Amino acid sequence: MEADPRGVLTGVHFIDGDHACCEGALAAGARFAAGYPITPSTEVVERFASRIPTIGGTFIQMEDELASSIAILGAVWGGAKAFTVTSGPGFSLMMEHIGYAAMTETPCVFVNVQRGGPSTGLPTLPAQADMMQARWGSHGDYEIIALCPNSPQECFDLMIEAFNFSEQYRTPVMFMMDEVVGHMTEKVVIPAPDRIRLYPRRHTRKAPGELNLYEPEEDLVPAMAHAGEGYRFHVTGLTHDERGYPAMNARAQDRLIGRLQEKIRRAAESLALFEEEAVEEADVVVISYGITSRVAQRAIDMARESGLRVGKFRLKTVWPFPDAHIRRLAAGARALVVPELNRGQIVREVERAAAGAARVVGVPHAGGSVHRPERILEAIREAAA
Amino acid sequence: MSEVLTPVNPVEPFLRAERMPHIWCPGCGIGTTVNSFARALIESKVDLDRVAIVSGIGCTGRVAGYLKLDSFHTTHGRAIPFATGLKLANPALQVVVYSGDGDLFAIGGNHLIHAARRNIDLKVICVNNLIYAMTGGQTAPTTPGAAITTTAPYGVYEPAFNLPALAEAAGASYVARWTTFHVRQMARSMQEVFAKKGFCFIEVLSPCPTLYQRRNKMGDGLDAMKFYKEHSRTRNGAPTGEVGLTRDGEIVVGKFVDRDRPEFRDLMRDRFTHQLGDRYVDDAEMAEHPHCGGEDGA
Ligand SMILES: Cc1ncc(C[n+]2csc(CCOP(=O)(O)OP(=O)(O)O)c2C)c(N)n1
Ligand code: SF4
Ligand SMILES: [Mg+2]
Repeated sequence: MEADPRGVLTGVHFIDGDHACCEGALAAGARFAAGYPITPSTEVVERFASRIPTIGGTFIQMEDELASSIAILGAVWGGAKAFTVTSGPGFSLMMEHIGYAAMTETPCVFVNVQRGGPSTGLPTLPAQADMMQARWGSHGDYEIIALCPNSPQECFDLMIEAFNFSEQYRTPVMFMMDEVVGHMTEKVVIPAPDRIRLYPRRHTRKAPGELNLYEPEEDLVPAMAHAGEGYRFHVTGLTHDERGYPAMNARAQDRLIGRLQEKIRRAAESLALFEEEAVEEADVVVISYGITSRVAQRAIDMARESGLRVGKFRLKTVWPFPDAHIRRLAAGARALVVPELNRGQIVREVERAAAGAARVVGVPHAGGSVHRPERILEAIREAAA
Repeated sequence: MSEVLTPVNPVEPFLRAERMPHIWCPGCGIGTTVNSFARALIESKVDLDRVAIVSGIGCTGRVAGYLKLDSFHTTHGRAIPFATGLKLANPALQVVVYSGDGDLFAIGGNHLIHAARRNIDLKVICVNNLIYAMTGGQTAPTTPGAAITTTAPYGVYEPAFNLPALAEAAGASYVARWTTFHVRQMARSMQEVFAKKGFCFIEVLSPCPTLYQRRNKMGDGLDAMKFYKEHSRTRNGAPTGEVGLTRDGEIVVGKFVDRDRPEFRDLMRDRFTHQLGDRYVDDAEMAEHPHCGGEDGA
C-alpha cells in the first residue's frame, strides 16, 4: 500500500537524523508514539509531538520508559502503528517489553539513539555499544531485527523499512542510531506518498469465531486482529498455543519459540540490507555500520590512494546478522577490518561468520567521539600486510 | 422451577469454557469478583465487543485469560500503561484493568498514580488479597502490620498503603472499596464505572486462604466471609484518609469518591483545538486507522 499523504512531508529538507527519523515514522504511518525524555533522542518525539495533532494521532509522554515501551504495544493492539524512542538508560528499562513484543508478535519499532555507556555514561556523546543489547537484551531466546542508519536521509528511509519489517514479520524492530547521526544536519529528500511502499498490517480475513490468533500462515507469521472488532481474543506473554492460550510445557515452548526464531531466520536473506563496493577484488574489506561507516570511508579512500585494494561492506541490517554475506567476503578477501564504537561487539559476529576463512581485525573504540580515520587506516595496513 | 432445571450460572457466557478449570484455589476470592464483574457486564448492557480487559501478572492477573473478551495478560505492573496505549489508539473501547494489589501498587504504583493524574478513562479493579499470592505469599505494600508473610516471618513492620486515599489523592474520578462479601455492591460499583468517564478505581478486599489467611491463623475462605461481614462498615463518602486497613480492625467499605474531572482525551482535544483550531485532526473521529492498511493484504 501507499503512504497516507497526511504523514508525508514531501520535499527537500535540511534536518538532523532525529528529525528525519520522526518523519520516517510519520511517513510509515506511525500515529502513536510514547516516550520519556532522554538525550540524545528526545528531538524525535519532540517533533512527533508538534506534528501529530494536525495529522491525527497521539503522542503521550509517559512516566518512564517501562511505561512508554508497553503503551506502544497497547496502541498496536488498539489498531495503531506505534513506536518509542530512547537512549542507553531508557533502552535498558525497555528490555522486558521488547521480549513481550517478540512473544506476543506485536509489530512496533524501538528507536535507540546510542550514547556512551554503561549507566549514565556520556549522555551527549556517541557510541555503538548497545548492539548486543539490541540483540540479546530481553531474557529468553528470540530473534530480532535491527537496522542501523548512517545519515539523516537513511534515518528517514530505513525507518520506513523498520516499520515494514515489523509489520511483515510481526516483531519489534530495533532502530539503532547514534548521537552523531541523530544530531548531524544534512539534506533529506522525502518522496511523494505514492512513491513510499508500506507493508500493511497483517490483519486476519477470518471472521470472529474462526480465528486462532496465533495460527501461523505459510511464512510462519500469524495474522492478527485488533481489540474492539468482535474477535474476543487473548494475548499473553506466557508460552501459548495457537489459540493464544497459556500452554506451559516443553512441547508448547519448543513449538512457539522455534517458530518465533524461524520466521526471522528463514527471512534473513531478504532482511539483509547492506551497501558494498569493490569487495570482489579486495584484499581487505572494511565492515562497518552507522556513523563509523562514514569515518571508515575516509580511511578506505586513503588506503586506496596508497595503492591498497580495499573493499567496503556496510551493514544496514545488523540483526539478523548477514552471515552468508560475511562468509562470501571472507572467502574472497585476506582480511576483514571491523571498526565500531564499542570495545568489540559486531567484530565477534564477523569472526563467527568468517569461521577462519579470513583474518578478522577489530578496531575498538570506547565511544565519546568517532574514530580517527588514521586509526582505521592503520588497521587496514596491518591487515593487508 | 425452570431455574432449578437449568441451573445455568449467569457468568458462564462470559467465560472461556475451554479454559476451565481455572487455577484458583478453593475459597479464593478472585472468582467471586469475576462473578460480580460478569453481572456488571450484563446489567450495564455494554457492547461486549467493545470491552477490553487488561491484566498484569499474579493470581488476579489471570482474570483476563478467563474472560471471553478481548483480553491482554501483560507484564508485571504494566497493565495500566498498556491499557493507556490501547485506550488512546481506540477511544471507543471500554478498557478495564483487572489486577492484584502488588501488581498495581508496588511494581506498577507509579503508573497508577500517573494514570489517575491524567484522569484517563480506565476502569481499574484491584483485587486486594493483602499479599503477593502468585509467588507464594510475600509481603505486599498492602500487607497490614504484624501479618506474617514468607518474607516477613516475624511479622510485617512496614506501614501499608491506603489504596483509596492514594487513588483519590492522585486524581481518580471514582473510588470505591468492597469486599468479596459485598457481591451486589461490588457489581453495582463495577456497573457504575462503565457509565463514568475518567479514571475509576475499585478496590476489592479478597481472601487468599492459601497464603494469607492460613498463615495468619485467619481460617479459610468461609472464615474470611464471616470476618468481612462482621468487620465491615459501609460509609459512602467517607474521607479516604480514614479508611486505611489494619489486620484485625474495621473495614470501611463504600463509594468514597464520585467526582467530575475533565478526562484526558477531552483535555487533549480542548488544548489542541484552542491552539490549532481547524488544523487539529481528532483521530477519534476518523475512520478506524485507515493508515494501518488492514485487510487489503500485502
Ligand atoms: C518483573 C517481574 N518481577 C517479579 C515477578 C514475579 N511476580 C509474579 S506475580 C507477583 C506478585 C503478584 O502479587 P499481586 O499483584 O498482589 O497478585 P496476586 O497474585 O496476589 O493476585 C510477582 C512478584 C514478575 N512476574 N515480573
Ligand atoms: S494463592 Fe491465594 S490468591 Fe492465588 S489462587 Fe490461591 S487463594 Fe487465590
Ligand atoms: Mg495480591
